[in-house]
Amino acid sequence: MMNPVAVQHRKARLVVVGNGMAGIRAVEELLKMAPELYEITVFGDEPHPNYNRILLTPVLAGEMALEETILNPLDWYAEHGITLHTGSRVTAIDRVKRQVLTEDGYSAPYDRLLLATGAAATIAPIPGNHLPGVLRYRDMSDVEQLTRSSELGGEAVVIGGGLLGLEVAHGLRARGMGVTVVHRRAWPLDKQLDARGGALLQKAMEDRGVRFLLGKESAEILGDTHVTGLRFADDSEISADVLVMTIGIKPRIAIAQAAGLQCETGILVNDTLQTYDPRIYAVGECVQHRGQTYGLVAPLFEQAKVAANHLAEYGRMRYQGSVTSTKLKVTGIELFSAGDFMGGEGYEEVTLLDGSQGIYKKVILQDNKVVGGLLYGDTSIGPWLFQLMRDGTDVSAFRDNIVFGETHLGDSGHAGENQASRLADGAEICGCNGVAKGSIVRAIREQGLFTLEKVRKCTKASASCGSCTGLVEQLLASTLGGFYDSSPQKKALCGCTDFSHQEIRDAIIQQKLLSVRQTFACLDWRHPGGCATCRPAVNYYVRTAWPAEGLDDAQSRFINERAHANIQKDGTYSVIPRIYGGVTSPAELKRIAEVAERHNVPMVKFTGGQRLDLLGVKKEDLPQIWAELGMPSGHAYGKALRTVKSCVGTEFCRFGVQDSTRLAIELERRLERMWAPHKVKLAVSGCPRNCSESTIKDFGIIGVDSGWELYVGGNGGMKVRAADLLCKVKTHEEVLEMAKAFLQMYREDAQYLERTAPWVERVGLDHIQAVVVGDRESRQQLAARMDFALSQEKDPWAEAVSGRLDIHAAPLRRVPA
Amino acid sequence: MMEWLALGSIAEIPALGGRYVDTPQGQIAILRNENDEVFAVSNRCPHRGGPLSEGFVSGKTVFCPLHNWQIDLEKGEAMAPDHGCVKSFPVRVEDQQVWLGLEGVAP
Ligand SMILES: Cc1cc2nc3c(=O)[nH]c(=O)nc-3n(C[C@H](O)[C@H](O)[C@H](O)COP(=O)(O)OP(=O)(O)OC[C@H]3O[C@@H](n4cnc5c(N)ncnc54)[C@H](O)[C@@H]3O)c2cc1C
Ligand code: HEM
Ligand code: SF4
Ligand code: FES
Repeated sequence: MMNPVAVQHRKARLVVVGNGMAGIRAVEELLKMAPELYEITVFGDEPHPNYNRILLTPVLAGEMALEETILNPLDWYAEHGITLHTGSRVTAIDRVKRQVLTEDGYSAPYDRLLLATGAAATIAPIPGNHLPGVLRYRDMSDVEQLTRSSELGGEAVVIGGGLLGLEVAHGLRARGMGVTVVHRRAWPLDKQLDARGGALLQKAMEDRGVRFLLGKESAEILGDTHVTGLRFADDSEISADVLVMTIGIKPRIAIAQAAGLQCETGILVNDTLQTYDPRIYAVGECVQHRGQTYGLVAPLFEQAKVAANHLAEYGRMRYQGSVTSTKLKVTGIELFSAGDFMGGEGYEEVTLLDGSQGIYKKVILQDNKVVGGLLYGDTSIGPWLFQLMRDGTDVSAFRDNIVFGETHLGDSGHAGENQASRLADGAEICGCNGVAKGSIVRAIREQGLFTLEKVRKCTKASASCGSCTGLVEQLLASTLGGFYDSSPQKKALCGCTDFSHQEIRDAIIQQKLLSVRQTFACLDWRHPGGCATCRPAVNYYVRTAWPAEGLDDAQSRFINERAHANIQKDGTYSVIPRIYGGVTSPAELKRIAEVAERHNVPMVKFTGGQRLDLLGVKKEDLPQIWAELGMPSGHAYGKALRTVKSCVGTEFCRFGVQDSTRLAIELERRLERMWAPHKVKLAVSGCPRNCSESTIKDFGIIGVDSGWELYVGGNGGMKVRAADLLCKVKTHEEVLEMAKAFLQMYREDAQYLERTAPWVERVGLDHIQAVVVGDRESRQQLAARMDFALSQEKDPWAEAVSGRLDIHAAPLRRVPA
Repeated sequence: MMEWLALGSIAEIPALGGRYVDTPQGQIAILRNENDEVFAVSNRCPHRGGPLSEGFVSGKTVFCPLHNWQIDLEKGEAMAPDHGCVKSFPVRVEDQQVWLGLEGVAP
């Protein structure tokens, strides 16, 4: 009896109320399954065809044009024979006559009705809330109004520091308004972040010029004919030219309610998305399913799929509720949050906090399963984590390393670029549209897709909020190999700028920027003084690009590199003189012993790199100790060449086949004083027994009968990585040239603080071999640039001893008691 | 009684960096920012006592050299997400000369 098709010769009629994201997605799904079943009519009270609401934020921020958000152009409706009524509000449902009535007096009969009316912005019930200048943030007309208001400049106050509040704040700020976010709770985004994450986010937003008033209850909106300000419950006030309310959304249920459909917060639906009246389905933000309403597209799209399945009379799928995760779309801020991210009693937490890089990760576990997590600053492991959470995977085997992600290599760098290719086929890449890695890879292969746009069209991956664009690009790259040419995903160096490492490097070279200061000025740094992240990085880039003219700014060097000694936990320093190849002499050892004795050095120790370390020296004593030692700096404190370890080799060892000691000494002499993106360690072994552990070094050398094997990208430390064989050579001279070329390429290409291990992973051994081994000319040029750079460096200890370099060893003044 | 002690010329403090002064009350970090504003705070980071005089200075912030805590020099407080305070001391800069205000010392 309920079958709409059986007894009628005409097509069944489907009416959709709400021309938005959930409703039209359901229609699309339906057309895929049963294109001929219905005659479809859609009513929408907005004047536009269906657009991507999620992208209103980039539009408001001026990063995208309105037209780019259109998901279904008018042609699409026509092509599929859909009658579309835009600007037309449905005011009543007549369930007896089975028709809907519109505001403009139109009526449309239905056999099946789909309600997808979405939600509306909640307006706080406080005096003044209807004044002109009080705006919402929900649809295109709101964005148009906000854009117009922002053209007058002035002050905007945003009430509500949730996702929408922060996005609108970001957008208005980008349009040049002064913006203050007022929030009830002690930190923004309290539904997605804990206090620590909230503080990091607040700081990042403040760096972008957005102000916060937290723990404030709004009491009254001030103004006679237009908003002029806001008064709080504590009687303080703030002035405002525009006031945006983003305190929440409420499902639009009025017509459903009036028609007698059961509603609570939303329209009640069962697992087949049917309302109380089985001819009427509902999907989207307007529904309440198993007590839950949703405000994100991913669950709504799942609902749309199930509703379409039933409308198409397949009757197979059930909707069982969704687990959701959120991201924030403020350019340059990466944030991911899912499930229970607060933890507490009965839960376990694994956290990682790296204040200098602005990275915070927290994973909540219960019975060795992920139940929630939040990622701030680096969200590359988000999809994987979300997958673990949804699958209820037992993580006991890798729980301690879980914050580093599925693959973790190298003790610095994030191997984020390879994240996607290592995910399992079932792993979800696009959270909005629920697209798994396998389907994307298949589509790329089978349908011959070459561009991001094509992947978006064919799979819908990355077509909604865009947060997974990076992962989809990685899949394109790894599936197509060399065919896919994408400009690398842009990531700002730090909160002081929106430029990426590479953009800054390019500017330094192209515009010949010769100092940190000049770079900051030329690239419009947000803080003229920069921060602890960008200063050392930019100083390194300036010095690498311009070894002769570039200014080496001591105040942009970490304390170790400024004092030319390692600072210890108690503020004392350690002194490690250079001992080439680890080969010393009785006279030198005596001198070191005497200096240590004379200055009561608390500890003398061999380092892991075969050198001697005098520990516990006061800064004031450094220059004197250096003078007495009369040895060059060992650079054990720097992002620089540390040591070249050696083994005994042919000189004495009964197994040795090559003179490893002599080569190590030679290498260390030729490469000393080399600054680099991170520390660099070398080793030379005289035979394959490899006693100096060459295979876990940045550049490792192993003697064999016929010459030398050269290895690159190895690492000991926190994350061990065995080095890759770069090539085999015969002579010392060849080893030296390869070493210089490889290290110079690393110096010019790697990001500051990226070690060789992650760098080799990132750019690929093949590429390095092509440049360093395969191309003689480029090898020689690299080596020549290295020689030139090194010729500009002087021994800092000798400079300090002679008075040419001031390390500010002594206090500025001593005040007697 | 507070005494103003002459520390010498501002040029002796590197811009965006600092020096320290030894006093009977312990070391005091003297920090100078890009606008030649000078701040004086106790030379012990509230985290684990790192010497703030060796940190990066930018605007009203110093970044501790040991674990990169950020200290607000006007409030003398660690910035989120960390918590802690450092004692600040009055400073005057006149004619390029830096003066530090200290209690209980001989002039
Ligand atoms: C600025 C902004 C940013 C967002 N960012 C994200 C994000 O990053 N990620 C995410 O997952 N979600 C995000 N969302 C939420 C997401 O956009 C919504 O969850 C989604 O659009 C809801 O889809 P819907 O179809 O239920 O409602 P809508 O898309 O609102 O569609 C409902 C449509 O029905 C119309 N309508 C309502 N009643 C009637 C009636 N009686 N007659 C005719 N037409 C009617 C409405 O005008 C509207 O056009 C964001 C929302 C906003 C506003
Ligand atoms: C087949 C296995 C090995 C043999 C036969 C071997 C033999 C030797 C010999 C003969 C020496 C020289 C001793 C001397 O005269 O000073 C030596 C040194 C050394 N070996 Fe091995 N070795 C082997 C494997 C290893 C491995 C795997 C390591 C470490 C991972 C190692 C670490 C060392 C070290 C640190 C030295 C001292 C080198 C130096 O500083 O001079 N050896 N080994
Ligand atoms: S690596 Fe070979 S040559 Fe060197 S010490 Fe070990 S056994 Fe001897
Ligand atoms: S001592 Fe200052 S950050 Fe740790």
